[in-house]
Amino acid sequence: MKKMLTALGALLTTAVMSISAAQADKLKVGFVYLTNPGDHGWTYAHEVGRQQLRDHFGDKVETTYVENVPEGPDAARVIRELVAQGNKVIFTTSFGYMEPTLKVAKEYPDVMFDHITGYKRAPNMATGNIRFYEGRYVQGVVAGLTTKSNTIGYLAAFPIPEVIQGINAFARGLRSVNKDASIKVVWVNSWYDPVKEADAAKVLIAEGADVLAQHTDSPAMLQTAEKAGVKGFGQSSDMHKFAPKAQLFSSVNNWGPYYIEQVQKVIDGTWSTGDGPDHWAGNTWKGIGDNYLVLTEFKNMPAGVAVKAEAARSGIASGSLNIFEGPMRDNKGNMVLEAGKVLDDGGLWGMNYYVEGVEGNIPN
Amino acid sequence: MFDELLLTVLLTSIPLILAATGELVVERSGVLNLGVEGMMLMGAVAAFGAASLSGSPYIGIISGGMAGMFVAAIFALFVLGLATNQVATGLALTIFGTGLSGLIGAPLVGQAIEGLPALHLPILSGLPIIGAFFQLDILAYGAIVIVGLTSVFLMRSRAGLVLRSVGINHDSAHALGYNVLRVRLYAILFGGFMAGLAGAYLPLVLTPHWAEGMTAGRGWIALALVVFASWQPWRVTIGAVLFGGVTIMQLAGQAKGWPIPAQFLSMLPYLATIIVLVTIASRGHIALGAPAHLGKSFFITR
Repeated sequence: MKKMLTALGALLTTAVMSISAAQADKLKVGFVYLTNPGDHGWTYAHEVGRQQLRDHFGDKVETTYVENVPEGPDAARVIRELVAQGNKVIFTTSFGYMEPTLKVAKEYPDVMFDHITGYKRAPNMATGNIRFYEGRYVQGVVAGLTTKSNTIGYLAAFPIPEVIQGINAFARGLRSVNKDASIKVVWVNSWYDPVKEADAAKVLIAEGADVLAQHTDSPAMLQTAEKAGVKGFGQSSDMHKFAPKAQLFSSVNNWGPYYIEQVQKVIDGTWSTGDGPDHWAGNTWKGIGDNYLVLTEFKNMPAGVAVKAEAARSGIASGSLNIFEGPMRDNKGNMVLEAGKVLDDGGLWGMNYYVEGVEGNIPN
Repeated sequence: MFDELLLTVLLTSIPLILAATGELVVERSGVLNLGVEGMMLMGAVAAFGAASLSGSPYIGIISGGMAGMFVAAIFALFVLGLATNQVATGLALTIFGTGLSGLIGAPLVGQAIEGLPALHLPILSGLPIIGAFFQLDILAYGAIVIVGLTSVFLMRSRAGLVLRSVGINHDSAHALGYNVLRVRLYAILFGGFMAGLAGAYLPLVLTPHWAEGMTAGRGWIALALVVFASWQPWRVTIGAVLFGGVTIMQLAGQAKGWPIPAQFLSMLPYLATIIVLVTIASRGHIALGAPAHLGKSFFITR
């Protein structure tokens, strides 16, 4: 009996879901997912990208995914399994897969690995990322023009560079239109905990915030905003269904173009790890201008605000608007970027300060 | 401002109170069910699905409880019927519940429902500060009533005494003519129903959507609370509110800009658990309160 249970348990924990029918001469592409597409956030966006890839190439490629893969050593086993199944391109879609991906990449030099959001590379391991912060600047503009209390609530997951970038970009947008507004940041120490996200949203609303932004994955914050009659922004995917009156807009991660581009290169034989500067951002880091980040329709705001939001969006897309252009001060009043200078990508990943408009300190 | 925070604390504590009270009764009967998280998730998905299909959150409540009870019945079949190891079976139940709820819930992802409405009791809900206690929803009021009844049943009734004696020594209880397995079956089913209600509270009140694994470890906290409460019903409630209070306090502390590290505040409930355990244990003559036959399988030997 015990043996049976253990076997059952092992079967369930693996939770491997593969969509494949072994066929020769198709390019096999594997994906490793952190959670499941049902999170309606981060992994959902990757799943949409995988489907776009599949639809784009039709019979020429065959895709497989493995969901709920924990970050850490266990991921290496899953990646090796995908190699054993004959996948020639493998996308690992979370930061924590960086070391396992690198390890397996060294073992299989003839397989192409593509790691999402990391910074380590090998001759057969590229990295891809989206300039998420660009959408947050536009959110800041909308928030600054929408708020009446001049208090913005911001739910953040973990104090890593990507999240700090987002907060600072939001603050730049906010302060570009409203010098009196400021951001209260609450760290929930989780990417995904709907109840805690809702609790944090309630606390921020109680503190006077009337516009909420999030760098966590569930729609719980927006639902709380909807109920309380305040506004907010969706994350990773369009969440207007959860908050038809509250969602101002959502920044949608559009991985499809990246996946299609990379796989096309493999088919053409031109795939390489690129020659981008060797820093955290990796060698493909694109945003609104390349359609990697898509903003949903501007809703629940006066027409005038939507016009300004669109102006910011198209300014970022065309490159005429630089989000981090001097003069820029941190929230203690120190000059961090002189007038006329623009922060480069290295500087973006090295941000260890809040800019003007954010309250408090970054936790250690 | 303060009553808004108090209301948030109460709401976030309700699922913990429900699940922990259910588990307390199960453990008092001598069975350790580590499957609370799985039962909660099954309750959550069933409640959301039923509420979404029927349009009534009240049908959602019942469905959530029944789903929790259904999974608990599977657990009972194994640990009582086949006398399997309770720890292993409980863990398997959590994994099973997590997986099955994800499977059932897949078509529900992305839907939203009207949650349970808050029922403001007249006059009382307008009181300063404690008014928050009277702005809850029907399931929350129900939870408080159930906790009260459970406490009376367990500590003051004859049937409760039988249940506790089964947990303390199942052989003696058997020798006295009590049906150990039947008592434990009822306790397990009750625990499942409560865990199901606790799960239902998430998509019906706190976050009106379904997402895989949305309980995010609350089932495990409920298990810890039973130990924290040293198997006393009212202490479970106090522990749950304390836990909810500290959670909200650390969020509010950040928003208010208190110079206390959030990590420190997150640590407090666990620190409190350790202190309580050490205090109880150091008194020596007062036992920790754990049922002596907790986690032991019962075989009818004669």
